[in-house]
Amino acid sequence: MSTYEILMVAGMMAVTFGVRYPVLALVSRVHLPEPVMAALKFIPPAVLTAIIVPAMVMPAGQIDISLTNAYLVAGIISAVIAWRTRNLLATIVLGMVIFLIWRWFF
Amino acid sequence: MTKQAVLSPQPGVQTVARHDTSRSAEFWAGVRATIPLVVGAIPFGIIFGAVAVSSGLGAGTAAAMSAFVFAGSSQFIAAGLYASGAGLMIIILTTFIVNLRHSLYSVSLAPYMRHLPHRWLLILGFTLTDETFLVVSQRYTAPDASPNKHWFHFGSAAIMYTNWQLCTWIRILAGSAVANPENWGLDFALVVTFIGMLMPGIRSRPILVSVLAAGIASLVLAGLPNRLGLLAATLAGVVFGLIAEILKNRHIAGNRADA
Repeated sequence: MSTYEILMVAGMMAVTFGVRYPVLALVSRVHLPEPVMAALKFIPPAVLTAIIVPAMVMPAGQIDISLTNAYLVAGIISAVIAWRTRNLLATIVLGMVIFLIWRWFF
Repeated sequence: MTKQAVLSPQPGVQTVARHDTSRSAEFWAGVRATIPLVVGAIPFGIIFGAVAVSSGLGAGTAAAMSAFVFAGSSQFIAAGLYASGAGLMIIILTTFIVNLRHSLYSVSLAPYMRHLPHRWLLILGFTLTDETFLVVSQRYTAPDASPNKHWFHFGSAAIMYTNWQLCTWIRILAGSAVANPENWGLDFALVVTFIGMLMPGIRSRPILVSVLAAGIASLVLAGLPNRLGLLAATLAGVVFGLIAEILKNRHIAGNRADA
C-alpha cells in the first residue's frame, strides 16, 4: 500500500464513520421534538421504495417498461404476493422462482 | 413470520410473537432476518473485488477498504475514481456525499438506542448499512418490549460485515477463476426481500403517499450522481408523507369541529 492509498482509506473511513457514529451518539442522548419523531417513521418505507423502484424499472440503467424486463414483472407479482400474504419468506421464495423462470423464457 | 403473527387478530399489524428474547436468540434472529439481503449483497461484494483489482488498487488496499470503510457503493465509486487518477480530496469528498444518507439512518435509529453504552453505539454505528438499517428498523419498532433488540441489530450487522469481507477476499484470492456473478440474478434477492418488507408496512394513507412520492422521485432523480438520487427520493417521501399526515389530521379535526 502506498502512502496515497493509506491516506485514501483513512480519509474514506473518517468521513464514513463521521456520518454514522456521531449522529447516533448525539441524537440518542437528546429527546427529539414530536414533529421530527413523526417524520422518522416515513424513512424506512421511503428508502425501501427508492431502492426497489429503480432496480425494477431501470435494471440496466435506462427505463425499461416491457414484459421482457424480468425485474419489473417478477417485482410486480412479488408485490402482490407480499400484499396478499404478508409473509416475507413466501414472497422471497416465490418471487425468486418467478424471476428465474421469467428470465429463462425471455 | 411466525404462526402467531399470521393468526394475529389485526391483519397487517406485525405482532412479533418471539417468546425468547435472550441475547443469543435475538442475535441469531438478526442473522436470520438479514440472510436474504446477504445473498443479494454477494454479487456486489465479489464484483467489488474484481473492480478493485482492475482499478489498480492493491489487494491490501481493497481488503482494507472493505474492513475499515465498509460501505459498498462508496467503495465502488472510490475504486473508479482511483482508476481515473482523481485526487485524494475528490475521492474523500465523494465518499462523504455517497454515504450522507447514513446520517438519516442514524437519526432514525437513535431514539431506540438511548439505553445503550457508547461502545455499542461505536460498533453499531461503524457497521451501519442500508440493509441492516432496514431490517433492524422493523425489529426496533415491533411492539414487544424485548430488552435485547440491540443484539438483533448486532446479529444483522455481524453477518453483513462478515459476508462483505469474505466476498472481497474471495475475488481477490481467486481472481478471474470466479465466474462473473453479475448475471446470476442474485441481485433480485435484494429487490424481492425489500418488496416483502415494504408492502405489509403500507398501512395508512400518509405512508402510501410517502411511498408513491419516493417511487416517482427515485425515477426522476435517477440521473443524480453519487447516490444522491436515493437520498433525495427518501427526503421527498418523508416530506410528502408528513404533508399527507398533516392534511389527514386537519381533516379529522375539521370533522370533529363539525360534529
